[in-house]
Amino acid sequence: MNVDKKPLTFMILAVLAILVGTLLTTFIPLFVGTVSPSTEKVIPYKPLELEGRDIYIREGCNNCHTQTVRPLPFETKRYGSYSQLEDSAIDRPHLWGSRRTGPDLARVGRKYPAAWHYQHMKNPQSMYPRSNMPAYPWLAEHKLDTSDTAAKMKVLGYAFAPEDLAVLNGKSEMDAMVAYLLRLGRELKQ
Amino acid sequence: MATETKYEYDAIKGFAISSLFWGIVGLLVGILISLQLVYPQLNFTPWLTYGRLRPIHTNALIYGFTIPAAFSLFFFLVQRLGRTPLAYPGLAKFTLYLFNIAIVLAALSLFAGMSQSKEYSELEWPLDIGEVVLWVLFSINIIGTIVRRTEEQMYVSLWYILATVVGVAIVYIGNNISVPVSLFKSYSIYAGANDANVQWWFGHNAVAFVFTTIPLAVFYYILPKSSGAPLYSHRLSIVGFWSLVFAYLWTGAHHLVYTPLPDWIQTVAIAFSIFLIAPSWASVINGYGTMNGRWEQMRSNYLVKFIVLGITFYGLQTVQGPSQAVRAFSSLIHYTDWVPGHVHMGTMGWVTMTISAGFYYMLPRIYNTEIFSVKLANLHFWLVLIGQLIYSVTMWITGIRQGAMWQAMDSDGSLVYANFIETLTPNYPFWNMRTLGGVIFFAGFLVFVYNIAKTIQHAPAPQKA
Repeated sequence: MNVDKKPLTFMILAVLAILVGTLLTTFIPLFVGTVSPSTEKVIPYKPLELEGRDIYIREGCNNCHTQTVRPLPFETKRYGSYSQLEDSAIDRPHLWGSRRTGPDLARVGRKYPAAWHYQHMKNPQSMYPRSNMPAYPWLAEHKLDTSDTAAKMKVLGYAFAPEDLAVLNGKSEMDAMVAYLLRLGRELKQ
Repeated sequence: MATETKYEYDAIKGFAISSLFWGIVGLLVGILISLQLVYPQLNFTPWLTYGRLRPIHTNALIYGFTIPAAFSLFFFLVQRLGRTPLAYPGLAKFTLYLFNIAIVLAALSLFAGMSQSKEYSELEWPLDIGEVVLWVLFSINIIGTIVRRTEEQMYVSLWYILATVVGVAIVYIGNNISVPVSLFKSYSIYAGANDANVQWWFGHNAVAFVFTTIPLAVFYYILPKSSGAPLYSHRLSIVGFWSLVFAYLWTGAHHLVYTPLPDWIQTVAIAFSIFLIAPSWASVINGYGTMNGRWEQMRSNYLVKFIVLGITFYGLQTVQGPSQAVRAFSSLIHYTDWVPGHVHMGTMGWVTMTISAGFYYMLPRIYNTEIFSVKLANLHFWLVLIGQLIYSVTMWITGIRQGAMWQAMDSDGSLVYANFIETLTPNYPFWNMRTLGGVIFFAGFLVFVYNIAKTIQHAPAPQKA
């Protein structure tokens, strides 16, 4: 049989060739426990943290910051304990990143207080004169849009009480961003 | 002459011009974000911050430049290799308009920060649906034309075209399944490590089916055509094709070495990455074998220059890539500039040079004219070659430099460069060199566009049938 004379057969064979590796390394693991850890130990995002995470995504912070500490001595020394499957078990999407123009942020919530983040986000160069991070002063001026917050929490399946939403009143985008950054490294119940 | 096949060229011309236009846009954004890395005051407004512009750079050059270049060249190849006119010329023109509308909306949505955050898959769900519709319309024309072909045997280029058609569809849809919250926001259905695994299965196979099978389809056609030599080995191209299409899908997790993703998935990906050298080099050897005894054309034939340098960078790329997958080397260069240096050798070397050769070959033929200036084509060649080498080499150097600084520990176990900023600022001179390389490459691209524009301008007016 000459498959290069039969385009439809050829395409079916190509799809089958593509699907072997696809299923074995990517889609079957979706149903394997060792890749999908229990979420019992994970503290769900609070609405303010989730909104902060969405601003992190909107601003593309993941283009310069990773969120996965490698199990290597020089990494844990610099950033803290190495990342575990559980840390990101409820994260949709993941934000592990691929490039460290800036430092890894997986444990940054344990490193600095809120005031540090407010100052740094507003004007990074005031703290590190030669830093190349863009300044984000306008996040403090933008009122947080909360119109979809409840819908987001429902889609993601995070439990929340009505009073959790009330906290959002009068918050800025900066407040949400800092709340998210402070959560990083504190995902799991102790 | 009455029996000659009446080929359909309108959509081909439109996609070629769209590709060049969005190529200029994507490269300009690339130069701006390169400058922003050293001069943060160039982050003028929220819409022009690095975090939003970097996805515009990558998306513009993948979906705005490479994909319409493929639409254009593939619509040409299926007609010529099948000896039959395009199956649905009206549909092809409709696809062209829809494509440009979609790219404008995609750019605006990324400026506005609407993003799924997954690399090369940032576009939100309504645009994902638009892209899938475009791909289906494109595929109908490709498959329809191949089915109606009058040349019984499908040449190698058509295999790679069919692999592109099915491969892009599978990985793009697989990675973009999400639950919408509103028109502008959705969440991936995958969580954590699984989301990362699916993302890099997609990410690496976007490389396979956009940056590999597309230029390979062009390479296998243009090299014999421009050199006048038959393909070195048909058997080698068969083995190379099927092993490439089989092996690529296993390798995505080499982007996740030393992450929490289970080790066995990483190790399988590393092993298959090393295996992938074989099918990649099947094409390189086929190219060099074809040139055997005709190497003097590297002086005299500008098309051969582009295509042979292109396949040479493909060969270097496909050895460097697997070496990066190995844990020992990954621990040094992962997350550094080495990786963008690697990517840009592939895109600025292999992909763009091959597409350029394709356009230089195809466009004069469909406009029924000669290339405007071979001299300018040679200038284009040298500018993109020098620009790319400056870019890649400086990035490799600074990548190793920064990786080594991250690792450096004193004998007492403390970090030598404990403050991250100490490892960042030494990048700046290298990044200025990178910008210089990018500007030289961009100048070469402008020469290319000018040469094509002049070629089209000098074409004889089309005769009414």
